[in-house]
Amino acid sequence: MTINWGALALVAVVSLAVGVLVVVLVSLALVGLSAREPDAGGEAAEGTPTTGRLSPVVGTAAAAVCLLGAAAIVLYGLFLIVS
Amino acid sequence: MEISLIVLVVVVVTALAFDFTNGFHDTANAVATSIATGALQPRTAVLLAGVLNLVGAFLSVEVAKTISGGLVDETQITPTVIFAGLVGAILWNLMTWLLGLPSSSSHALIGGLIGATVVASGVDAVKFAGIVGKVLLPAVLSPLVAGLVALAATYLAYRITARGAVGTVRRGFKAGQVVSSSMVALAHGTNDAQKTMGVITLALITAGALPANAGPPFWVIVSAGLAIGLGTYVGGWRIIQTLGMRVSAIESGQGFASGVSTATVILTSSHLGFPLSTTQVATGSIFGAGAARGPASVHWGLAGQVAIAWLLTLPAAAVVGAVAALVADTGPVGTIVVALVLIGVAGGIYAASRRRPVTADNLDELPVPPPPVDLVA
Repeated sequence: MTINWGALALVAVVSLAVGVLVVVLVSLALVGLSAREPDAGGEAAEGTPTTGRLSPVVGTAAAAVCLLGAAAIVLYGLFLIVS
Repeated sequence: MEISLIVLVVVVVTALAFDFTNGFHDTANAVATSIATGALQPRTAVLLAGVLNLVGAFLSVEVAKTISGGLVDETQITPTVIFAGLVGAILWNLMTWLLGLPSSSSHALIGGLIGATVVASGVDAVKFAGIVGKVLLPAVLSPLVAGLVALAATYLAYRITARGAVGTVRRGFKAGQVVSSSMVALAHGTNDAQKTMGVITLALITAGALPANAGPPFWVIVSAGLAIGLGTYVGGWRIIQTLGMRVSAIESGQGFASGVSTATVILTSSHLGFPLSTTQVATGSIFGAGAARGPASVHWGLAGQVAIAWLLTLPAAAVVGAVAALVADTGPVGTIVVALVLIGVAGGIYAASRRRPVTADNLDELPVPPPPVDLVA
């Protein structure tokens, strides 16, 4: 009986890396988009006011980059389904 | 000639019936968390998943593979064996649906075929090493891998978005859930509709209606896609309720992370040649995402029930498949008797489900509520 442990380990590592990456990209994008709202931030209470405040333009731009990255991964997933 | 045609028709109809149960049994994998968080309305969710399953059936250019590859000696398979195996799989799918337990439709089909093969050709025709490597081991590992991915992703999602605006974050995660649910539904249609196409094609080949190594005819692709799409649309609401609402009180961030985990693990594993059960991956993801907000927020007793159902899936379907093969092997009359018994038992299970119906409208009425969320996380 041969079990392909290598393939299994690869599945686990790739899934972990890609899955976490997509969720992190979307989460960062949502933080960026939050800067567009006037009263954004639960940050004030935590006490790092200088870094916590993104300008709406920077936030939106960062969100766009993150979402593009996530969208590219989704498109690659679609490609895997179709091919 | 006339009689074998009748048997063939019964096999094809039974295969499509299995495909239908496969669809409604597995709807929950794609949409349970999206329904739970309100990212999609229940009926919209099953419509979306049904359509994407149908589309998925047409997408793959790969020739439909036989599910039994490497598990039983394929030269021993006859239409009767396929029929008996399908009967075992359908009954197990209906039983677990009645109990609201997510279990692998593929494992049920494999179990049914193994049981029927043992009766028809003896134990030697079963490749037990293949079963350990292809069924048992993945069954243990797939929920662990998916759960780990969902756990890590959920934890990071909550850490990162803690500094975001609550409304924006929730809306964003819900939008993400729609995408991840769609990906899972599409991948499901591609994989699982292919299985039924493979079964029907195999039956047509063994009956001599198609040349060996033939691909599925167009009518097989269309009917298999429609059966799984329709099954998905009908919606296995009992299992949706279990996965979406009874495991844990899922929030949009958890729903998104578990959806991404499910889609990623399924696509990675099928692409890298270590196919895992969609149901087991989705279930593991939801438990992982739930546990990320504190282990106490997860209904672990339910995990025990699900694990028992997974352990029983293959042997239980095998026993039913074996009994069905014993009767069906006696000739066309036996086949028709088995078909009638199947219809009768299926009707009985449906009648039993009406005692506590679960529909799109009463999903919130839980038999046992999920535990309160541990706010420490």
